[in-house]
Amino acid sequence: MGLSTPASGTNVTAGPRPLADPDGIRAPLPVAVEAGAELRSSSLWRDAIRRLLRNRLAMAGGIVVALLCLIAIFADVLAPRPYTKTNFGRLNEAPTRDYLLGTDQLGRDLLSRMIYGARVSMLVGLGAQIIVVSIGVPIGALSGYLGGRADLFLTRFIDVMYAFPRLLFVILVMSMLGAGLTNIFIAIGLTGWVGIARQTRAQVLAIKEKEFVDAARGLGAGFARLLSRHILPNAMTPIVVAVTFGIPEAIFTEAALSFIGVGINPPTPSWGQMVGEGQQYIRSYWHLCVFPSIAIAVTMLAFTFFGDGVRDALDPKMK
Amino acid sequence: MVQYVVARLLWLIPTILAMALVTFLVMHATPGSPLDPIAEGANPLPPEAQKVLAKHYGLDKPLWHQFGIFVAKAARGDFGFSFVYKTRTVAEILRETFPISLFLGSMALALAVAGGLTLGILAAVYQNRGWDYVSVSLATVGVAVPNFVLAVFLIILFSFVVPLFPTGGWESPRTWVLPTITLAAAPMGIIARFTRASMLEVIRADYTLTARAKGLSETPVIFKHALKNALIPIVTLLGPMFAAVGTGSFFVESIFRVPGMGRFFVQSMTGRDYPMIMAVVLTYGVFLAIMNLAVDLAYGALDPRIRY
Repeated sequence: MGLSTPASGTNVTAGPRPLADPDGIRAPLPVAVEAGAELRSSSLWRDAIRRLLRNRLAMAGGIVVALLCLIAIFADVLAPRPYTKTNFGRLNEAPTRDYLLGTDQLGRDLLSRMIYGARVSMLVGLGAQIIVVSIGVPIGALSGYLGGRADLFLTRFIDVMYAFPRLLFVILVMSMLGAGLTNIFIAIGLTGWVGIARQTRAQVLAIKEKEFVDAARGLGAGFARLLSRHILPNAMTPIVVAVTFGIPEAIFTEAALSFIGVGINPPTPSWGQMVGEGQQYIRSYWHLCVFPSIAIAVTMLAFTFFGDGVRDALDPKMK
Repeated sequence: MVQYVVARLLWLIPTILAMALVTFLVMHATPGSPLDPIAEGANPLPPEAQKVLAKHYGLDKPLWHQFGIFVAKAARGDFGFSFVYKTRTVAEILRETFPISLFLGSMALALAVAGGLTLGILAAVYQNRGWDYVSVSLATVGVAVPNFVLAVFLIILFSFVVPLFPTGGWESPRTWVLPTITLAAAPMGIIARFTRASMLEVIRADYTLTARAKGLSETPVIFKHALKNALIPIVTLLGPMFAAVGTGSFFVESIFRVPGMGRFFVQSMTGRDYPMIMAVVLTYGVFLAIMNLAVDLAYGALDPRIRY
């Protein structure tokens, strides 16, 4: 399940974050509130970026992530052969000069399939997070802001969702929807928003009591403006951290689903599916599962190091 | 205290019912039916035969009725016959496989706790020095690398390159080693990371300074004064870790051919083995919920400031 959840989970119970305008000093004038909030918050982000740039491990992770994105975007150009091209004269061949990483059970070029596999992983990692955020943040924010019965219902619902082992639920949903990229988005989106909603809710609950929110309300800011201009910008830090850890988690989920055969539909290559198939022939054809395994491991490590760096940069106390 | 435990146990009932309902609905919304499965060993049946089978297994009744029957029977521990292994009841299969999964999981947890605490303490005591980097890297690898990927590396290393352990099976203690390590890696990484953070906080606390100031040597300071307090937040981690070990065993069990419960889950999914899916999901759910309760109680026992 997400196995990397506990890393992001640290922030759930932590107290209020550094706020853009903690004391509401700038609150009296509506213009000043926004100008001030933006000024201070942009420097908060700039500080964070400076800290991130200084963190060598995180930067190494970031560079690998950037490379992977490039590979995913330019897969068509980079791959030496189409990923479906078979060569039945040369099945399960170990790496040679023709086939740098060897060929698979159908004589397809492993290197090309791995390059296209990066596309699936990156798409799932980033795409799923967009879905998760666009469901989780509004629900969490509304529930925290409105309180009352809607909030109670949501928290109960979240408790039940947490009682489910998450990967188990995703597998269940996938076997209902059938394999395929879109369905992976849906399955991860359906289960993943819960964590972000909980985080957002906790943030909004803490921030809505602050004086600067009162001040803005006193000046006549409406409900939508309060949430979008005053509360949510100050609640961003843990959401950003949750997203950076959510990306590798989604990549892991896709790999795991494809590994057991309910993820990506063949012939589209996915690293998890390649490991799953290759692992059965590990004794005879080690290269079939080792190369995709390395790809998954490197990707996960790069995102984790980068995520750790982002967390430390945004929240120096945690270091 | 008693009141709290009773309340928590009572909350289990609606939680598990909700879980059963969600699983039931998702399962029945799934295209495909157990009468016409895509699993191995299936044969296409004429419509009349399908009707008879549906009646036999109660699949012709409306969904709410089916769910009612299921709940009533499951409460008595009767999950019916498996649709795939037609001659065996689900309860029978679970009785056989659950202990194996539990055993593997317990070994993995024990290893994870021992290894994670050691790594975490080492990292905190030698902060920003060699040991810190070693243990933080190990922990990050454990957290980040999926267990099925780790399994591939371990098999290559310890079965082929250095043939120490077999690639799978469950016959002798030697076959237990690799699955246990694989399953332990993720929770071990989690524990190590949290232990490090928690120890660092405690080592800087005033009472640790006091312990040092009164002339204690380093060992009792770390183990008696710091570790004891640092452990408290770690206990809460055990809850989610049971989940990690539980779901992790799907992969570990199928790679290392361990005859546990995890393997049945995926098989039952593709075979639309309704009774089996329900039973496996609920077993995990109940197990997790009880473990979470145990963890919360242990937390209260360790930290006298917490009252129920």
